[in-house]
Amino acid sequence: MTDMMAATPAETTIADVTDPGPGDSSVPPEPTGPVRENVFVLDGVEVRYSGVRAVTGVDLDIARNEITAFIGPSGCGKTTVLRSLNRMHDLTRGAEVLGSITYHGENLYGPKVDPAEVRRRIGMVFQKPNPFPKSIYDNIAYGPRINGTRKRAVLDDIVEHALTRAALWGEVKDKLKSSALSLSGGQAQRLCIARSLAVEPDVLLMDEPCSALDPIATARIEDLMEELKEDLTIVIVTHNMQQAARVSDRTAFYTAEADEHGRRVGRLVEYDVTETIFTKPSDPRTEGYITGRFG
Amino acid sequence: MSAVPTTVAAPGASILRPRRGTGARRFRSGLATTLIVLAFVVALVPLVAVVWYVTKQGLKVFSWTFLTTDLPFSTRSVEGGMGPAVVGTIVITLGATAMAVPLGVLGGIYLNEYGGRSRFASLVRFLSEVLTGVPSIVMGLFVYTFWVLRVKEQTGFAGALALACLMLPVVIRTSEEMLRLVPHELREGSLALGSRQSRTIRTVVLPHAAPGIVSGSLLAVARAAGETAPLLFTIGAIQTANWSLFSGTNTALSTQIFGNANSPFLPAQDRAFGAAFTLILIVFVATALARVVTILYTRRTSGAS
Repeated sequence: MTDMMAATPAETTIADVTDPGPGDSSVPPEPTGPVRENVFVLDGVEVRYSGVRAVTGVDLDIARNEITAFIGPSGCGKTTVLRSLNRMHDLTRGAEVLGSITYHGENLYGPKVDPAEVRRRIGMVFQKPNPFPKSIYDNIAYGPRINGTRKRAVLDDIVEHALTRAALWGEVKDKLKSSALSLSGGQAQRLCIARSLAVEPDVLLMDEPCSALDPIATARIEDLMEELKEDLTIVIVTHNMQQAARVSDRTAFYTAEADEHGRRVGRLVEYDVTETIFTKPSDPRTEGYITGRFG
Repeated sequence: MSAVPTTVAAPGASILRPRRGTGARRFRSGLATTLIVLAFVVALVPLVAVVWYVTKQGLKVFSWTFLTTDLPFSTRSVEGGMGPAVVGTIVITLGATAMAVPLGVLGGIYLNEYGGRSRFASLVRFLSEVLTGVPSIVMGLFVYTFWVLRVKEQTGFAGALALACLMLPVVIRTSEEMLRLVPHELREGSLALGSRQSRTIRTVVLPHAAPGIVSGSLLAVARAAGETAPLLFTIGAIQTANWSLFSGTNTALSTQIFGNANSPFLPAQDRAFGAAFTLILIVFVATALARVVTILYTRRTSGAS
């Protein structure tokens, strides 16, 4: 735990990134403005469930204060890759992550890494809003309490701050003691975002956070993401290509293809600046997907 | 021009029931409803009959004195109450609950949260199922040979031990089932905040499963409170109240019902009914109490006002 705290955000790994990986998932060195600082570097990542490959050949670098979108048809492994970024697969029996994933230059799957600390720093918002059956206040205070914050006044501040950042404070400030289950879908999802923010994460992983929400609630979450990226790095999985185009700085397109045994395996096809992906993709499969010809 | 084919899907087709076949369909529906209601009534008959008859017979002798007076020395006498048996049942059942419920819940937590489909968990699950099938008299004999003969004393504790063995598999099973019903998203939500598994279980999973676990455990407690066979060899007999779980012989309502109902003397049979009514009452009160506690507890943790 203290190992990771002490680690400086390592620029040392940038050197690896400019080296284009083998295979079809080439990563063009595309500096956007100031030097990009990598939060995650994935190299040859493959995830297997009970020995069966779910996704393979993923080489990516995810930069700080950017929104990175993962798009692709169902079963292409985008959620699987996302979940490997905060070691959620540790909880799935039979799941294994191969290849290398570094987080600020440190091996995320190293033997000394504490998965709980990883998940505290790399928060996650799920497809279905999953507030705990507790009060709104206790939902937000859950994370800080885990980390040993007990003082009521401190917790009060954290709760207000987190809810404000998640643009929910105004709607719930008078009913903090009522059950979080009484919130609407959009509010519940913002509560879950606030809950993640309350532990001051460095990265927020979002797994189709808007797929259960109406367009208005979706717009609010998207605005929120835009504000949050000032302090955070966001990786979002979405089925909605317009959403990816609207919010993300970079987009990774995945697809599922049959391997030599006829099993469908997810692959990273193309990863680039979002605008490039949507206007002049270099791979015909990407073009086919974004123009709606397949998937 | 007006020859529009009248198919079902035609835009102007009536949504009313077609006239043909309506009678037969109504009849079948009515018949099915009647049969279901009948089945319900039939299922209710034994329950109502038992409660009604026991209450009617039990109230003849039931009184505060009956609950507190010592057992008569002769089964023939009209006086005497069930005081020692009430005490014994409470002490022994509480003792058994204190042993079986924590252990059983921990077992359920292991099976569902940690063991999963591992070989050891499967073995535990299988053995627990086998344990469910062991006849209660065998459990009594088991405790008799392995505990009573060793310590050379019949005690309430020995009886509690036998009852706990009976309750344990039921509690394990219900706990596992209830924990399985906790949505996976809640676990992930907690873990994604940096919570460790043990903490997630304590703060999110268990509170969510608590009402179900309490209900299941109560069923086990109620069953145990009424068990006679495991107590026959293990607790001995006594004429006066013994509040001690660990020293001295004890008695229980169930064994008193068994003994008195077997007696040819009417006062004894009345006492058996009185004891049966008392037992039902105790189980009912305990169940209601636990319900209230669970509701209050869940309301507090879920933050509903």
